[in-house]
Amino acid sequence: MDSIYAALMDIVGEDYVSNQTEELFTYSKDLGTSEPQWPDYVAAPKTVEQVSRIVKLANEQKLAVVPLGGGLSLAGLALPLRGGITLDLKRMDQILELNEQSRYIVVEAGISHGKVTAYLHKHAPRLMHSEPGAPAAATIGGNLAIHGQGDLAHPYGFNSDMINGLEVVLPTGEICRFGSCAIGNDWYTLHPLPDLQLFLGWSGCTGIITKVSLRLFPCKKFQEQDLFIVQDENLVPEIIYEMTHIGMAEDIMAISQEIPPPFNRLHCILVNISGDSKEELEFKRQLIFDGKLARYIEDGVGGIGAVGQKIERPQVSKTSDWRKGGGFEYVGSIVPVSYYPECYRRGSEISARHGIPYTVLGRVVGSSHGMMFSWTYAFNRADEETVRHAREALHETDRMVLELGGTLWKPAVFGQKLVMDRMDPNTLQMMKKVKHLLDPNGIMNPGNWEVA
Amino acid sequence: MAQTQYKYMDMIHRCFRCGYCKFPQDWEDVDNCPAYARHRLESHSNGGRLWLIRAWITGELELTDHLAEIIYSCVACKNCEEKCPLSFSDDILNMVIAARAEMVAQGRIPSPVKTYLKNIQLHGNPYGIGAKKRSDWMQELSIEPFEKQEFLFFVGSEGAYDSRAQHAARALSRLFQKAELSFGVLGNDETDDGNEVELLGEEGLVEMLAEKNIASFNERGIKNIITLSPHAYNALKNIYPRFGGSYQVYHYTQILPNLIQSGRLHPPKLENTTITYHDPCFLGRWNREYTAPRRVLQAIGGSKLIEMDRNRKSAFCCGGGSGNYYTDLLGGSDDSPARIRARQAHATGATILAVACPNCLTMLEDAVKVEGLEGKIQVKDIAELIDGESAS
Ligand SMILES: Cc1cc2nc3c(=O)[nH]c(=O)nc-3n(C[C@H](O)[C@H](O)[C@H](O)COP(=O)(O)OP(=O)(O)OC[C@H]3O[C@@H](n4cnc5c(N)ncnc54)[C@H](O)[C@@H]3O)c2cc1C
Ligand code: SF4
Ligand code: SF4
Repeated sequence: MDSIYAALMDIVGEDYVSNQTEELFTYSKDLGTSEPQWPDYVAAPKTVEQVSRIVKLANEQKLAVVPLGGGLSLAGLALPLRGGITLDLKRMDQILELNEQSRYIVVEAGISHGKVTAYLHKHAPRLMHSEPGAPAAATIGGNLAIHGQGDLAHPYGFNSDMINGLEVVLPTGEICRFGSCAIGNDWYTLHPLPDLQLFLGWSGCTGIITKVSLRLFPCKKFQEQDLFIVQDENLVPEIIYEMTHIGMAEDIMAISQEIPPPFNRLHCILVNISGDSKEELEFKRQLIFDGKLARYIEDGVGGIGAVGQKIERPQVSKTSDWRKGGGFEYVGSIVPVSYYPECYRRGSEISARHGIPYTVLGRVVGSSHGMMFSWTYAFNRADEETVRHAREALHETDRMVLELGGTLWKPAVFGQKLVMDRMDPNTLQMMKKVKHLLDPNGIMNPGNWEVA
Repeated sequence: MAQTQYKYMDMIHRCFRCGYCKFPQDWEDVDNCPAYARHRLESHSNGGRLWLIRAWITGELELTDHLAEIIYSCVACKNCEEKCPLSFSDDILNMVIAARAEMVAQGRIPSPVKTYLKNIQLHGNPYGIGAKKRSDWMQELSIEPFEKQEFLFFVGSEGAYDSRAQHAARALSRLFQKAELSFGVLGNDETDDGNEVELLGEEGLVEMLAEKNIASFNERGIKNIITLSPHAYNALKNIYPRFGGSYQVYHYTQILPNLIQSGRLHPPKLENTTITYHDPCFLGRWNREYTAPRRVLQAIGGSKLIEMDRNRKSAFCCGGGSGNYYTDLLGGSDDSPARIRARQAHATGATILAVACPNCLTMLEDAVKVEGLEGKIQVKDIAELIDGESAS
């Protein structure tokens, strides 16, 4: 028997390791447009000790290790570009502690967002975490590893800003903790210890996140989504500015899409609000609509699309079924809110060039501090030509974002190179040093964020 | 080599592998697909399997023994169809079954499945026991053969041959007798219902079995049929019309409430017992019958019915569907579905795990033993509970 396989079997047990074609095939594929990349082994550890042993083994063997959560990041980020071991972390899915008073929950990093949402709904209905719009199977660890954002992004920022502690297996196998948990205390804060946060947003290149203390926030009794529609994209930034001034919303998104046709070229501003009483909800609605949006209605440039819609949590996306094609991928960026009009215009042009109906979305992060803007390109998995078009559209969009002055969010390797080409040389060297210091053998998700 | 005959070529690429289908209704966890819960590798998730089937169909992958096992590891519990939000979801299992049909046509199926199908072909039951022994289960019960009675009691292969399921079949017969229900049986003229055969992709054999049973039903002028097994219920109700056999089909739990209500049956008192009920997939998700079995259980005096977290549409399958109670492709692990389900039942604090399916009965009783829960929780068919007599 292959000795690495035997060693992995010894660590995780026979059922949770494979080097058979069928598993390798499955883990060679991403949901998006990326070309397949085959691992040599797939293993699904259950404990942090098992992760640590695997990473040590990989160092000895100079084998790549690629952490995988839900595999839903769509940009090939968890594809093993240099083969090696794909570590499916979804068996590390336990809820370790819920502290209602201090509003945090400690979980293993392979837990799904859906499970956290369901758990809180049942055991602590007055609390919520910031849930991304990703399918419910997306993991907490995977989302932090790409600086995700969720449905509390407006009041509280990026999901990676909402943590109170981390446990990480370093690329050399040591298990490290960060935050109050590092000094043996409860997991209630990440600060004020010296900043050692070298793991968030690194796509698993600097270590494997194994435990997370997630901040929880008040979940109010009544929640609704309201919809305001404008035709002129130039109005979107000022409307968002006004709404974020009053700070009544939990999530603000602007969406424009060609399909269905009645919505083509319109900009739908979705606003989530909540209240512990109907009066609180009504008060917030009035501040938003009467206080801020009425004048657009009076001027005949905006209208109410819907009020009081139910909020679906977790959200369910049917985007992949568009034209029955089974696939889509998007470029995400972080841009100033003021870029919305240009992002929309340029995006719809790129879509038109590739024969893909346009879909763009901007989610406000913080009090108008930034916006996650995405351009979605659907394709038909069974038609290689449409996949090629989507891939080219993604690449054009990556370039466009940087030309506009935006930054790419969770870029694929193509986008990472564009970003690093523009990066300040000192910063780039710092990245290289950090990576080398942590990962001397270059085994962690190699090929990603790799400084030449 | 590409499989050009595959029926769902224009659909199978539509699975995005987003994984909604792993969850129960309330999103409690990613583990409500029994095959995925057992293996926890993406290849055994529903999306993974559909992508692998597509790779085989398009010629990207060869059909290996391992691939064949993955394709047959789906136990057809329909959780994925219930949860996938996309418009093709009603065809998820059809896509899997169509792939199996291609494999059957090429003789490339896992050997336990081969044995299962061969036994049915030769003996009309999966156990490989002679067809002439089909009515041995009812020897001491003096059950009439069907002539002109109101109902046919379709016992099914499990009730007829499996020693544990025979207890349930006998209990149910006693109930019918106590209630003076007008019923008869086909005896040795009954043959396997074909439900699992259909799921395993042996289209020719399903047709043969259905035609044989339909001929027996029609010769006797049978109109109303009661089944012990939800699998048989599904076959007779939903598959046989395709072959020209349309009857009024009932699962026995749909008959018992009226017999109880009209005073023809008197459920026993089970003082200080707590019962939890396991929804069988072929009654629940396949046929949307969640109420009738619970009505029967609620009629048991002195006991309390408590639900497992995963119930009704979210019920976690025992792993016995698609012939797996016999082929056991998900066995051999702490996380074999029946063992997970036994733990879920035990976690409610119930002392009785009530089932309404002979496959669930055998799967879960074995699991309770392996889990070391004997003496803590007993697995009983609803018929046995109402019968009250110690099973014999
Ligand atoms: C329909 C749809 C909507 C989406 N909406 C949103 C949204 O609203 N907000 C948002 O933020 N994202 C969104 N996404 C993107 C993505 O699905 C999520 O960010 C998701 O949380 C990623 O988690 P994952 O577990 O799937 O990560 P994966 O794709 O498995 O991994 C992402 C990266 O992190 C690494 N990684 C995974 N786990 C770990 C770990 N434990 N430690 C270290 N590295 C790790 C991987 O190697 C990879 O590089 C969406 C995706 C889809 C398909
Ligand atoms: S079957 Fe549906 S829910 Fe499941 S992975 Fe495929 S598209 Fe997603
Ligand atoms: S039918 Fe059940 S076992 Fe088969 S893939 Fe769907 S959820 Fe899994």
